[in-house]
Amino acid sequence: MEQIIFYVFAAILVASSILVITVRNPVHAVLFLVLAFFTSAAVWLLLEVEFLAITLVLVYVGAVMVLFLFVVMMLDINIAVLREGFIRYLPLGIGVALIVVIEMAVAVGPKYFGLEHFAEPVRHMADYSNTKELGRILYTVYVYPFEIAAAILLVAIIAAIALTLRRRPQTKYQNVTEQVMTRRDDRLRIIKMEAEKKEG
Amino acid sequence: MSSMTFEMPNFALALPEIFVLSMACLILLIDLFLSDRNRVLTYLMSQATLVGAAILTVGLHSGEPQLTFGGSFISDTMGDVLKVFIYLVTAVVFLYSREYLRVRQLFTGEYFVLGLFGVLGMMVMVSAHSFLTIYLGLELLSLSLYAMVALQRDSVTATEAAMKYFVLGSLASGMLLYGLSMFYGVTGSLDIAEVGAYLKQLPGDNNIVLAFGVVFVVVGLAFKLGAVPFHMWVPDVYHGAPTSVTLYIGTAPKIAAFAMLMRLLVEGLGGLHVQWQDMLILLAIVSMAVGNIIAIAQGNIKRMLAYSTIAHVGFLLLGVLTGTANGYSSAMFYIIVYAIMALGGFGMIMLLSRAGFESDRIDDFKGLNDRSPWFAFIMLILMISMAGVPVSVGFWAKLAVLQAVVRADMTWLAVVAVIFSVIGAYYYLRIVKVMYFDKAEETAPLASSFDMRVAMSANGLAVFALGVYPSALTALCAAALK
Repeated sequence: MEQIIFYVFAAILVASSILVITVRNPVHAVLFLVLAFFTSAAVWLLLEVEFLAITLVLVYVGAVMVLFLFVVMMLDINIAVLREGFIRYLPLGIGVALIVVIEMAVAVGPKYFGLEHFAEPVRHMADYSNTKELGRILYTVYVYPFEIAAAILLVAIIAAIALTLRRRPQTKYQNVTEQVMTRRDDRLRIIKMEAEKKEG
Repeated sequence: MSSMTFEMPNFALALPEIFVLSMACLILLIDLFLSDRNRVLTYLMSQATLVGAAILTVGLHSGEPQLTFGGSFISDTMGDVLKVFIYLVTAVVFLYSREYLRVRQLFTGEYFVLGLFGVLGMMVMVSAHSFLTIYLGLELLSLSLYAMVALQRDSVTATEAAMKYFVLGSLASGMLLYGLSMFYGVTGSLDIAEVGAYLKQLPGDNNIVLAFGVVFVVVGLAFKLGAVPFHMWVPDVYHGAPTSVTLYIGTAPKIAAFAMLMRLLVEGLGGLHVQWQDMLILLAIVSMAVGNIIAIAQGNIKRMLAYSTIAHVGFLLLGVLTGTANGYSSAMFYIIVYAIMALGGFGMIMLLSRAGFESDRIDDFKGLNDRSPWFAFIMLILMISMAGVPVSVGFWAKLAVLQAVVRADMTWLAVVAVIFSVIGAYYYLRIVKVMYFDKAEETAPLASSFDMRVAMSANGLAVFALGVYPSALTALCAAALK
């Protein structure tokens, strides 16, 4: 039963991945990518890694792909230009892809990664929490790589802000504090003037 | 890291890393509150961070290699020596960059903060004892570099360079990671010592997965080092980036790249030496050939130095591929010397530049002797040293590598290296000829600051002094790799 579920999801995954790069409409491509993420989350669930599966759905499907869709819809991508030379490069592309696939099949096959080399993963009980185990190991054994990853994310934030933040001094904007803190004397000046003498 | 039992890590060993990370965050915050007039404070704090890190590294140094963080961090003599040189080189980079950035309205806190994060990435790479930490350190460094190249947003060439660097760099990281995952698949461990021990006891039969993994790892490393045929990004990035960033990319990260070669190939995959040696021989020969020959055709000195870097990387690979302690220490000596020479080379371009004038064409060096005999002399020292003319430090560095290659019974390879070095001498000496025998096109007096001139002079004299007395540094490198 589990094998059937696996093969069904794997087939959908491969098919949707191929469609991501072959469909003509970029919005459809993004939607197929969403499908690919969903099915790989399902495959992960079969491996009993609930946390990663949920994260994939929440973070990638929920946040990243929505952002992607926005960008794709907003940009006016000229598909004709992107497709230019597709036929010309196709034979070369197929040739390279074929070689890579064959090489990978030779190396990453059951001969070296089969069941006799790797024990089958142990089945856990229903009360086993993958999330808890992951958290425990992430904050103890892997605390050093975890902290470096945090530094990498910080650098990404700094870079994103430094590259996009533009100060425009000529832009007019409201300064609320200044507006609230203003006093009568800043705005109004009462001048005493002598009354004009009437010409007589 | 195969054992999942947890031991409290010895944080003291990683104190330099912790210090640099804390200071980088602190500087990032303080910089927000500084006005442009007081921005120099960011610069001074960055320099203080490097000095502090150097004091910590030297102070904490102990002769014995020590592991912590579940085996993902190692503190040893090679790491400490390389780290100190990384701090030194970066401090000089910051010093040279200050005036250059200020004149071009690029004097922002981000340059220094990203620079410090880059240093942190290099430190992580240098002290990595697990495939995971090597990769993360590399990413931390690379991400900082991509952003630094792109910082000059109004320049089209800089943006283009950043884009190329980013795309090719990500591809290379993917290759490296894929190769490393093969080793994880076979050995079941990410720990460098464990993988090394597993591969050493492996019988001599050909394991295709391991060969597959080595290919990807070597390709990933070659991309990052800029070895031919994975060098396409080097000239464009060196040329397109602001010279201050080129200076940063071209110096300290090379030292870290050497550490990565040592940790990954020698300590981790040492058991597969036969397999990666052939690949490195090929990479070294084509790097020296392409680098030295194409450099001749360049009219832009930044591009010329980029090709010269490629050729020097070829020499670095020569030292590592011998597989002997002698070869490793000569490669280490070579890369440190190269970093110091490259500092001077790119620094000189910045010294001669001013607002609106980059001074990055070879023609801009014409008649430098008439404009400033002293700096023409410094440039002379740097150029003959890069060319490897006898009794310059570049010569000793090349000689050490060649000796190691000959001792490893590869005399033919040493002969090839010498031939390409002689070809390479041409374009370095052309700069000397242009400076001393051509008439100046550019006659404006030099407009650089006092500290820049002092540092540049010291840089040139250091190269000169190392040429006269190289044995202290050679002994240091030999001791570091014992």
